Amino acid sequence: MATAHEIRGLGHSVRRKEDDRFIRGKGNYVDDIVLPGMLHMELLRSPVAHARINSIDTSRAEALPGVVAVVTGELLAAHNLAWMPTLSADTQAVLATDKVRFQGQEIAAVIAETAYIAKDALELIDVDYELLPAVTTPQQALEEDAPLIRDDKEGQESNHIYHWEAGDEEATNRAFAEADRVVALDTFYPRCHPAPLECCGCVADVNPATGKATVYMTSQAPHVHRTLFALVAGLPEHQIRIVSPDIGGGFGNKVPVYPGYVIATAASLLLGRPVKWIEDRTGNLISTGFARDYHMHGELAFKGSKMTGLRVKMLSDNGAFFSDAQPTKFKAGLFHIVTGSYDIPAAHVVTDGAYTNKAPGGVAYRCSFRVTEASYMIERLVQTAAYELGVDPVELRMENFIQPEQFPYESATGFLYDSGDYPAAMRLALERLGYDELRKEQAAAREEGRLLGIGVAFFTEVVGAGHGDEYAIAGLRMFDSAELRVHPTGKAILKLGVRSQGQGHETTFGQIIAQELGIPYEDVEVQEGDTDNTPYGLGTYASRSTPVAGAAAAMISRELREKARKIAAHLLEASEEDLEWEPGRFYVKGSPDKAATIQDVAFAAYTNIPEGLQAGLEGVHYYDPPNMTFPYGAYSVVVEIDRGTGAWKVLRVVAVDDCGVRINPMIVEGQIMGGLTEGFGIAAMELITFDDDGNCIGSTFMDYLLPTAWETPEFELDATQVPSPHHPLGAKGVGESATVGSPAAYVNAVIDALAHAGVRNIDMPVTSDKVWQALAEVGLAE
Amino acid sequence: MAVQEALVTRPVTVSVNGTERSAEVETRLLLAHFLRETLGLTGTHIGCDTTHCGACTVLLDGVPVKSCTVLAVQADGREITTVEGLTPAGGLHPIQEAFSAEHGLQCGFCTPGMMLTSVALLAENPDPTPEQIRWAISGNICRCTGYQNIVKAVQHAAATLKEAS
Repeated sequence: MATAHEIRGLGHSVRRKEDDRFIRGKGNYVDDIVLPGMLHMELLRSPVAHARINSIDTSRAEALPGVVAVVTGELLAAHNLAWMPTLSADTQAVLATDKVRFQGQEIAAVIAETAYIAKDALELIDVDYELLPAVTTPQQALEEDAPLIRDDKEGQESNHIYHWEAGDEEATNRAFAEADRVVALDTFYPRCHPAPLECCGCVADVNPATGKATVYMTSQAPHVHRTLFALVAGLPEHQIRIVSPDIGGGFGNKVPVYPGYVIATAASLLLGRPVKWIEDRTGNLISTGFARDYHMHGELAFKGSKMTGLRVKMLSDNGAFFSDAQPTKFKAGLFHIVTGSYDIPAAHVVTDGAYTNKAPGGVAYRCSFRVTEASYMIERLVQTAAYELGVDPVELRMENFIQPEQFPYESATGFLYDSGDYPAAMRLALERLGYDELRKEQAAAREEGRLLGIGVAFFTEVVGAGHGDEYAIAGLRMFDSAELRVHPTGKAILKLGVRSQGQGHETTFGQIIAQELGIPYEDVEVQEGDTDNTPYGLGTYASRSTPVAGAAAAMISRELREKARKIAAHLLEASEEDLEWEPGRFYVKGSPDKAATIQDVAFAAYTNIPEGLQAGLEGVHYYDPPNMTFPYGAYSVVVEIDRGTGAWKVLRVVAVDDCGVRINPMIVEGQIMGGLTEGFGIAAMELITFDDDGNCIGSTFMDYLLPTAWETPEFELDATQVPSPHHPLGAKGVGESATVGSPAAYVNAVIDALAHAGVRNIDMPVTSDKVWQALAEVGLAE
Repeated sequence: MAVQEALVTRPVTVSVNGTERSAEVETRLLLAHFLRETLGLTGTHIGCDTTHCGACTVLLDGVPVKSCTVLAVQADGREITTVEGLTPAGGLHPIQEAFSAEHGLQCGFCTPGMMLTSVALLAENPDPTPEQIRWAISGNICRCTGYQNIVKAVQHAAATLKEAS
């Protein structure tokens, strides 16, 4: 009999199954795929941000030996493919026909025998641009006389995209009218980029005989992409197969459909040969899904030190096409989680979105639909309020936390928080940090002229979308699925609608089956990413794999266990009610030796089935979650600032996370450390910015800075575990917690070092020159 | 014009993972493409095109180089080790074992380059401090792990190698 330990169910830090191929260099990423007769595609991108295209002359490029075809928007328009729908119900140019609307926009594609020849040919395409004034901020975009960016859209008379509100305006106004103190903060969450180490790409293979399109592509959501392809191309879904092979990181960047995928597929259809398109890094940084770019104004109303109202007004820069990846009815994603971890009785959130001559996207960079911006806003605002009120930032949080007995808690903007014990997580973080002692050290250091800062951020995320009634993308309800097939030998294959990009699904999901059905996790093969071979699912992003697909995997295991019970009763000649279950076997109550293992049952399911029962031990479960899950955590950061240069060094990071039940703690901690690093990068160095002409600054890793091992701090991790009450395993999702929660902790630490001198805000990335400027302004620079 | 001049070819012979390989290549062909496309060794990855990310790191005569910034012709007559050459028959190199044991990888894209840089470090300094490890791998970007477990993996491999010697 297998023990719970041997089957490696929940709570075991087992080594990852997927590691074996990666450490041998035997992963299968999209660029590793080579098909017979395969051609290579490269994209010509616009060098300017806003211009009318007078003409595109491709004749010199077409004449280059080795070039097979040059595709322009005109050619695509003839097939009704020049424009495609976005995930936010807008349209996006596949290849520009009338105008270019951002630097880096796709103008033409060369398909050639080699990628080198295709790149050569790009230089031989002559485009005549008539320059138009570029709009590079949403404030500019909404001015009366701003140039109209989307003149392609009928009825679009300004650059305004949407107006969106959440919460109760009247109640909030009342709270502010009755407040005895209001604290405000203006902050800008700058544009950054997920920049997975592997860029986007695909190999499109349309079979000229059958007409079936197989597209190997970097996709976090292969099933959604198949449906979008079907809608764009007008093909039935069984004629489209999306295969998402190993993915070299995603972080949200691989959620949208990009023009390159569509053009490569169209080219393969037209040429009858497979076409590979692999984006270069500049293409990735300047054209694919960026993140944030939110201008935020927040106000907190207080009575004494009790928060009574929250008002947030935002201006969102969406770039040239509104292609945010988010549930359709939430134009600002789930930003209305901005009340955070606090019991604030009234809140009102207003967001306006604007087109600019910048790359489209607005994906969440390792974040569940704008939750990062919300968490940053409230945690920076609370920190500001603490200084203004003269209260310790931790005390102010403790006093205003939603208390454990208030769950389930309905927030002022309409979320139903499922569970939590915020004070316990906060206390654990303070204890690990030695908070009181550190405050004394800080005061002593200040006496010596040294600037130490202690930053705290307490985040609450909302992840695991749906439920489908509320959350849908392009009409698709945000459920997810798991199909489990147990073979006669007792080994199993689990097929999922999600797709790992490094999160370790092959291990974690095997552990879920081990826990629920008693099959050792080594005996469960997890398959994902191939739409011909897996049940429909909405994909992996927004920390939703464990909350949604993980629940589906648990539920199908439980359904099969019920069938297994019937078979076991037959084998043991006992009644079902007399059987007890323990991981891996059924036994007769009172006679633990009279038992049938799950392997015995699996064999019998194909060889010795009781009358009236269908053969086999297989099934599929579609899980539509009853609610979101609400992971939370307390992050604290200690920094020291160099008064001569403004450089700041992270001395400590203590992160306490509550993501509910942890399936594989090692993998969970890996996710948290990765997120803390990306959060550090965002806080300290990552920036996509533009000059006044709309030239992107941040188009290579020379300008778009990512943290290396040298700058990245050490992390001290700890956990509390309050299970989600509605998730079958009590899990909540964790992939994005640290990216959501940590930027405010790093920035709060820097501000904390300067707060005594009156500094309240430095916008990210908090580079040393900005800090030095702040030091100089308050007379602290050396 | 530039496009035509680039099409000059030269014969190249290199020892890759102990096997001699020859090919006639364009002089502009990058070593990373030579390994991946001409030789089919796809364990070497390309992440940035500008020598920043280190996903394409291989050992050239034992020294880590970013193969996206080395021409294949520059490798002529020299020895190259890729991740495929790291794996001994029927087992794992201590660095491979350590990366898995310490959860030093997630998506796996940076892993081959990261391991080769680490192998070169350990050849030079069998007992590196965490700080020395962080400095040595600072030319290799990992977007997933936050580096802490990579540092542990290199220490783990150092201990294994020390025990074996």
